[in-house]
Amino acid sequence: MKDETIICRCEDVTWGEIRQALEKGYTTLNEIKRITRAGMGRCQGKTCQSILLREIAKYCNKKIEEVDVTTFRPPTKPVKLGTLAGDNDD
Amino acid sequence: MIKKADIVIIGGGIQGCSIAYNLAKKGAKNIVILEKNTCASGSSGRCGAGIRQQFGTKMNCILARESMKIFETLSEELDYDIELNQAGYLILAYTEKEINQFKKNVVLEQSLGIEAKMVTPEEAKEIVPPLNLEGIIGGTFCPTDGNVNPLYTTFGYAEAAQRLGVKYYPFTEVTEIETEDKRILSVITNKGKILTPIVVNAAGGYSGPVGKMAGVDIPVYSQRHQILITEPIDPLWKPMLMSFSENYYFQQLPDGGVLGGYGDPEHEIIGDNVGSSWQFSRTMAKKMVKLVPILKEVHMVRQWAGLYNMSPDAQPILGEHPQLKGFYMSVGFSGHGFMLAPVTGRLIAELILDGKTSIPIDKLDIGRFKRGELICEPSVV
Repeated sequence: MKDETIICRCEDVTWGEIRQALEKGYTTLNEIKRITRAGMGRCQGKTCQSILLREIAKYCNKKIEEVDVTTFRPPTKPVKLGTLAGDNDD
Repeated sequence: MIKKADIVIIGGGIQGCSIAYNLAKKGAKNIVILEKNTCASGSSGRCGAGIRQQFGTKMNCILARESMKIFETLSEELDYDIELNQAGYLILAYTEKEINQFKKNVVLEQSLGIEAKMVTPEEAKEIVPPLNLEGIIGGTFCPTDGNVNPLYTTFGYAEAAQRLGVKYYPFTEVTEIETEDKRILSVITNKGKILTPIVVNAAGGYSGPVGKMAGVDIPVYSQRHQILITEPIDPLWKPMLMSFSENYYFQQLPDGGVLGGYGDPEHEIIGDNVGSSWQFSRTMAKKMVKLVPILKEVHMVRQWAGLYNMSPDAQPILGEHPQLKGFYMSVGFSGHGFMLAPVTGRLIAELILDGKTSIPIDKLDIGRFKRGELICEPSVV
């Protein structure tokens, strides 16, 4: 994979940034999320998390199921503040 | 794992990392940080990112002012961009009582060199154009308050400390603290035992249980506080919006997302639960949409929670325990630990190595509760 390949489309995080974090010793998905913002954007990691898990597993010589995922946080998909606040014009 | 250390710090969040960095910077060796999860996995990485100097007691103003001075050059010092954004704090008043308190605060703040001033509702609207002024009768504004990226700040301290020789052990949980003749002997973890004469309790939301391991009763408890963040949007306004009586704080961060929370001490869960509740996001959305109506079209993308480590007077407990030599505490920050960490980390390091501090923190000792000398800060959310 090229360094300039985009891994997280919401936050514009490239493979180069992920690779640098891994090489610094940050080999958990949580740490990589906190350091690079991968998975913090609008889709909340629905796109990039599976790629990140695969690459962490490869880097650490682990099976993909041995890599911990991050906490799933509400909401499942983005919700307008106006809807949450009770404005049902949506 | 290392078998012997000069100083063991329990907790690898902002307090622990700032203390370790400052100790190492002053020349201390053989410093170990023990973190049961990973760096910034606790409340440091879950905080609201705001840093302010507007407080109602002289001591808090001085500590916050000195912390801000450190934040201003911290990216260079740590060689890690912490994304300092001095966009100000606009604290809004809804009652005459609040205005009177704010007037006192501003006199105090200005006497200490903090640039806060009173503002009228019209001036507030100039600072934050999309603001709905309903119910607002005034406020205070300090342009040098702001926010930083709390994750980058914690990682920055952790990496800088490690470059100075500090050993950082993630996934290392302390299970026991051995003492003898009112002195610290060793710390036992899930990965082995470390002999040490000095332990620093910087365990944030878990500082009470860590105290118990050493046989020390620290009068703190932990309570959940929740936050939500929206999708990034075009810049709408700059400063943090905050109210003590209406109970909210929220701000647009440099990347465009709007982040906010409120305190709910009567209903929120006591303990270490950091799950999320739908009641929070509903209530917070109502507060945000009322104050900045244009936000009703903006999507919330995530919510999370962290722990406030509460002390009886909502002030930190700093210093060595009087009945246990070598047991230092940097706990009970009650929601202000992140913003104070640069200065308190430096002061705890001074206390451990020199036995005295450049800013007096003796009033923040654990003995104040027995003496009945609680410190009452009027300006907290």
